[in-house]
Amino acid sequence: MLFKILSKDGFRSLVEIILQSNEIIAPKKIGTKADGDPIHQFLPVTSFEEMDLDYRTTEYSAKTYFLPYRENLCTFDFEADDWEQKIAYRMQPRAIIGLRAFDINALTKLDKVFSKGRFPSPYYISRRKNTFIVGIDREPLEDEFCQSIGADIVTHGFDLFMTDLGDRYFVAVDSDRGFNLLNRVDVREVTDEDTQAYKEVRKRIQNGFKTKINLSNLPNLLDLEFTSEVWKKWGDKCLSCGSCAMVCPTCYCYGVSEEVSMDFKEGARVKQLYSCNLLDFARVAGGHNFRPDQETRLKYRYYHQHRGFLEDYDEPKCVGCNRCGRVCLAGISPAAVIRDLYEENV
Amino acid sequence: MKHLNIEQKRPRIAVFDFTGCEGCELQLANKEETLGAFLDAIEVINYREVSSEKGDNYDVALIDGAITRPDEIERLKAIREKAKVLVAMGSCACFGGVTKLKNAYNLDEANREVYGDCPKETIPTMAVGDVVTVDLKLPGCPVSKDEVERVVQHLVWDLPLPTYAYPVCLQCKQRYTVCRFDMGELCLGPITRAGCNAPCPAGGLGCWGCRGPAENPNYEEFFALAKEKGFSEQEVKDRLAFFGGFEDVL
Ligand code: SF4
Ligand code: SF4
Ligand code: SF4
Ligand code: SF4
Ligand code: SF4
Repeated sequence: MLFKILSKDGFRSLVEIILQSNEIIAPKKIGTKADGDPIHQFLPVTSFEEMDLDYRTTEYSAKTYFLPYRENLCTFDFEADDWEQKIAYRMQPRAIIGLRAFDINALTKLDKVFSKGRFPSPYYISRRKNTFIVGIDREPLEDEFCQSIGADIVTHGFDLFMTDLGDRYFVAVDSDRGFNLLNRVDVREVTDEDTQAYKEVRKRIQNGFKTKINLSNLPNLLDLEFTSEVWKKWGDKCLSCGSCAMVCPTCYCYGVSEEVSMDFKEGARVKQLYSCNLLDFARVAGGHNFRPDQETRLKYRYYHQHRGFLEDYDEPKCVGCNRCGRVCLAGISPAAVIRDLYEENV
Repeated sequence: MKHLNIEQKRPRIAVFDFTGCEGCELQLANKEETLGAFLDAIEVINYREVSSEKGDNYDVALIDGAITRPDEIERLKAIREKAKVLVAMGSCACFGGVTKLKNAYNLDEANREVYGDCPKETIPTMAVGDVVTVDLKLPGCPVSKDEVERVVQHLVWDLPLPTYAYPVCLQCKQRYTVCRFDMGELCLGPITRAGCNAPCPAGGLGCWGCRGPAENPNYEEFFALAKEKGFSEQEVKDRLAFFGGFEDVL
């Protein structure tokens, strides 16, 4: 990995250079909750000032810039007695600025499925390749457990990754295009003093994690606890609403359906993100539902996160952001469920 | 009209209004960008919002409104006999809707309150399905034109009918809406059937449950969380009663 030092002014220039020719998506404050907490979302910004890199969290992850909630896989034109199919997945290059380490790790997990998996998705690859990623480190929130998962540190999957050293950024460079862009602004080599400062900031961040989960034997434990009452305890609370999967940076399940225009002259094949907690997730033709109750569906969500994905890709799917835990109106969070499994709290 | 060399069916549709605001019928004439195509795809037999034609050789009857008078029962039964497919359109037809609120009062008093010295003949409000067999329900206040279009497409091309087992939250999240609970407000989204695309939370108002319950909703947890967030039992019940879809848990 190559490291550089970027001045704060240099960073502003960098953002302005990108803005001259590309769209930038960045955390933006859009409101305030009833309890006074700010609400941030990843949204297009048109100026440096609009970005708020000091954001604490976003309810929604940035995954939908790669896996939109809804997209047309193809469209059809019906003409006389014939029809034509059109597929379009090219997109304009853009930049996402301000992703945390775990959100970039979430993308590298999605890469394993959609870029390097058995069935690569050109839709995903096109978006991923055409997105310039600038990440930024910060101290964790109380409920984030990404350190336990090893997702608090990022080593690839981005173009630039910045650590704030107060009056300058310590920047990790992971791509040619990142290197080239950096060279257009005020950037210099790293000194020993910079390295020292970086290590101190990293230590502070590293020591900031409050929520820990024990992953060491989790896949085996999951197998042993397949019939545990813990699943019922939490499953009984589940509203089967799918909010957890919608905000999760790595959930990628989807359904495909066909739609036809009202004049019957055009059609579209539409992909929409779905969730394994939804009641009909495992309902098949003929009406049989393989996972008819909340408890089973919730269980399989955890099995995919911490066992099934691991089997295919040697790492859990979850990155420990706890977005699912925060969004869940029923108060179901991975740290609590996994703790209960270890401690057999029913 | 021919498509892929196949002569297209044109379902013969009639629209009838019972007790309601007629908003669902107006809704049928909405969505101007596809209104022409919509009317081309069907044969309008009886629909007073768009045509003065009147007839009774229809195949599909779209029923708007609830049943609140004895004469409506007779009229509805007659329609059922003629229609091959009968669709309850909107929350009033599906559940009784807002007019069902009167059932909580003494009917004579309610009558006097509304009509003063000229009382009307009235009965407790019923959903269309309480009187005749309903083939298809399209709840919503008003009905979603998109859903009506999908029904027409089903009749014309056998396209699958839209079904939504899950609650409103999913579609709400897919619009990046800030949850109304985070804003300190009540929302019935977690137990209400999706399909509306969650316009209310997106517009800054908690869901009022106009589409009725999702499939197998988790009432127990919903009541618990509403209470925990500081909403009184009465507040929750009033809202559940509003469109009449949640009778089973009231
Ligand atoms: S775990 Fe929570 S967010 Fe997920 S489906 Fe169940 S109730 Fe909804
Ligand atoms: S903590 Fe929840 S939202 Fe975050 S990655 Fe894990 S499962 Fe997904
Ligand atoms: S199965 Fe469930 S946990 Fe796994 S990706 Fe799909 S929605 Fe997410
Ligand atoms: S606003 Fe209502 S519908 Fe939307 S996520 Fe919150 S509870 Fe669900
Ligand atoms: S959000 Fe609720 S009240 Fe609003 S249209 Fe949908 S179901 Fe009806």
